[in-house]
Amino acid sequence: MAKGGFETGGRGSLLSRVMLGVLSLLVVGGVVVTFAAFAYGRNAARQAYDQILVGAANDIAGSVNIVAGAPLVNMPVSAFGLLALASEDRITYAVRGAGGALLTGHADAPAAVAEVGQTPVFFDAPLHGDPARFVTVVRRFSERDFSGSVFVTVGQTLRARNEMALGLTRGAVLVMTGIGLVLILGAFLVIRSAMRPLDRMARELSARDPYDLTPMPADGPAEVAVMVGAMNRFMGRLDRQVGAMKHLISDTAHQLRTPVAAIRAQAELALEDDPEHLPQRLDRLVKRTRSLGNLLDQMLSRALVIHRADNAPPEPVDLRDVALHVLEGRDHEVLAPEAEVELVIGDRAIMVLGDEISLCEAVKNLLANALRHGQSPVRLGVSRAGDTAEIWVEDAGDGPPPDVLDRIGGRFERSAASKGNSAGLGLSIVRAVAEAFGGRVTLGAGPAGQGFRITLVLPWAGAGGTRDAG
Amino acid sequence: MRARALAVLLGLLAGPAPAQEAVARFAAAQGQADTVLTIRSTTDIVIMAPVLETFVADNPELEIAYEQWGSNALYADSLAACTGPQAVADVVISSGVHQMVDLVNRACASPYRSARTEALAPARRWRDEIWGITQEAAVILYNTRLVSATEVPRTRFALLDLMRRDAPQYHGKIATYDIEASGLGFLFAFMDSQEATTFGGLMEGFNRVEAVATCCSAEIIEGVSEGRYAIAYNVLGSYVDSAPRPDLGVIYPEDYTLFLSRALMIPKGAAQADGATRLLDFLLSPRGQAILAESNLMWRPDFDETGLPSSARRDIPINPTLLVAMDRHRREIFVQKWRATFWAARPE
Repeated sequence: MAKGGFETGGRGSLLSRVMLGVLSLLVVGGVVVTFAAFAYGRNAARQAYDQILVGAANDIAGSVNIVAGAPLVNMPVSAFGLLALASEDRITYAVRGAGGALLTGHADAPAAVAEVGQTPVFFDAPLHGDPARFVTVVRRFSERDFSGSVFVTVGQTLRARNEMALGLTRGAVLVMTGIGLVLILGAFLVIRSAMRPLDRMARELSARDPYDLTPMPADGPAEVAVMVGAMNRFMGRLDRQVGAMKHLISDTAHQLRTPVAAIRAQAELALEDDPEHLPQRLDRLVKRTRSLGNLLDQMLSRALVIHRADNAPPEPVDLRDVALHVLEGRDHEVLAPEAEVELVIGDRAIMVLGDEISLCEAVKNLLANALRHGQSPVRLGVSRAGDTAEIWVEDAGDGPPPDVLDRIGGRFERSAASKGNSAGLGLSIVRAVAEAFGGRVTLGAGPAGQGFRITLVLPWAGAGGTRDAG
Repeated sequence: MRARALAVLLGLLAGPAPAQEAVARFAAAQGQADTVLTIRSTTDIVIMAPVLETFVADNPELEIAYEQWGSNALYADSLAACTGPQAVADVVISSGVHQMVDLVNRACASPYRSARTEALAPARRWRDEIWGITQEAAVILYNTRLVSATEVPRTRFALLDLMRRDAPQYHGKIATYDIEASGLGFLFAFMDSQEATTFGGLMEGFNRVEAVATCCSAEIIEGVSEGRYAIAYNVLGSYVDSAPRPDLGVIYPEDYTLFLSRALMIPKGAAQADGATRLLDFLLSPRGQAILAESNLMWRPDFDETGLPSSARRDIPINPTLLVAMDRHRREIFVQKWRATFWAARPE
């Protein structure tokens, strides 16, 4: 796949499929045009030869004279010369008087019922077993010694007509075939040149360094640009994932070095020191170890959040559920068993589009920070302000010092980590979650101007219209 | 390899086909002929014999039954055979090309196509159902003793002038076909009437000199040769040359000379259509045409000492315009006019 994917030898290459489409279109069009050309040719032949027929009939009708009280036809050679223009066709003619009595011509020529003023009357009938075309014209005489109509019928077989129709059709088909060939060649060239960006893309992709996840140039036609865009987005995600993984690894290594070194120092001291200092050393060792555990938890949590934020599709989530889940998790009781947490939620759902697990992790971190660094009482609340939904944690303290606030929320806080707590890391998780779902993090005093509140602000997804709120 | 004419029965046949004038059979000398090809033709047996003998010598499995007919009888017979249960011939050859064209127009012929038929000039074939196998001129004959060299009419205008002078030595001594009795005479006269305005003048001239209208080529030729007629107009040249006669001069009119191409068709339903097409191809082959030329049925410009310019040549085309000559009213009008002028105010 990676190797042969863009080669035309692949099953049903785009070029061959489009060419097949063009070809079948041309064939269908060709058949339609052939039929149309034949119909047109037949019509043209019919009109042309009908004119000849009626010309001959009129010629004959004009040669009728009244001699001694009876019509006499001085049959003109020119009429037959006219008919002989269809050089291979048999001819029949009849000149009939009143009552259909044959004056001259072939007795077996069919007659049409024709009225003066309604002629020429064309009709089709067989002539000696062959299909033929006939016309009847009427000439009316009002002479002293003869008054009445003379009917002239002239017929001709269809050989010349069919030949002309076929000739016209052949000509049309010939021209059409030429045009069709040119079209096919043109289509082939156009399609191939249109496919060229795809080829180039495939070549570029296969020539690319496996670690090169930089976007590809999105020039070329719109359809290709869409694909390149999608591919670039995909590569961007991959790039972030790879970056996050790299960061995680380097952060982990970085952050673990100090605490692990500290634990090792404490352990060595415990071994070497006086036995009476042992309980004290062990106590410190336990504290260090617990702090290390917290750090690991948070780092994993951050990795999880970043992974999910990039991969899990956003779903409607009720922020109240998030708050309840966090409280029900009772993780805070481990951190600060004596602290009390007040839940401030309304009776209406506050929906956002996000990932519940990521949101829970973010809120857990906020709560843990407040319990660890703030002052009781701690409040966890969900509220809505206009188009934004908020989930916040508030404590009664003054919040971190301003220099800490400035630095807070970076990828990792070396100072925090080295001190054994992880407020900075926690906030970076919150910030990552907020960014993943189009929100932000605000820090500041509580609404009453007292205490310190950290708020995760997300776009409000409406009260209803979601499958959870139904 | 000389073929032989088995029998020639001249004009004495009673029985099933009363209209035929003579019958002959041709077969290869040592031939094992198992099929008989029936030809009905207006051409004299003696004239056609050489070409037919050569043909059966080449095709020993074929025997030819050659029937000589008058043109009107042959037309009637072919038409009856075409529409009725009567047996048709395998080949019909007639100098009445207008009658032949009419038969083809009535779907009485079967088509055939070969390299030889397609090589024919368009004026000598129609619908691939009728072919002109010969080229024969309509000439003016004169008796060399009766007409002085200075008076020999080389054109119709000269003949007209000669008749207008009404010199006593030509009075009653000019002959032509009776168009009412001779199909060929009618065709020639009809073509003349279309060709030039001289026709009306000729009719008047014939009337003035009290020309003789007669039926048959042989009678006219004999008459001119013997001095009964000084001049004969519109005689089929091929009949003149087939037997050399004394005191007979031939003129190919220089204003224009009509050329007739004897027509051949293969009737629809012919039992030996295959043999018929072979005969046709043979007649049109260089060899066949050479033999026909020997029999004077092919006018050959390279042999021609008359000096007829090719612009004076008028072929009677084998095409539907000849149907006019078959039209009842047109015939009536034409014959009426002919009668009115040719026979007008004669003493008899």
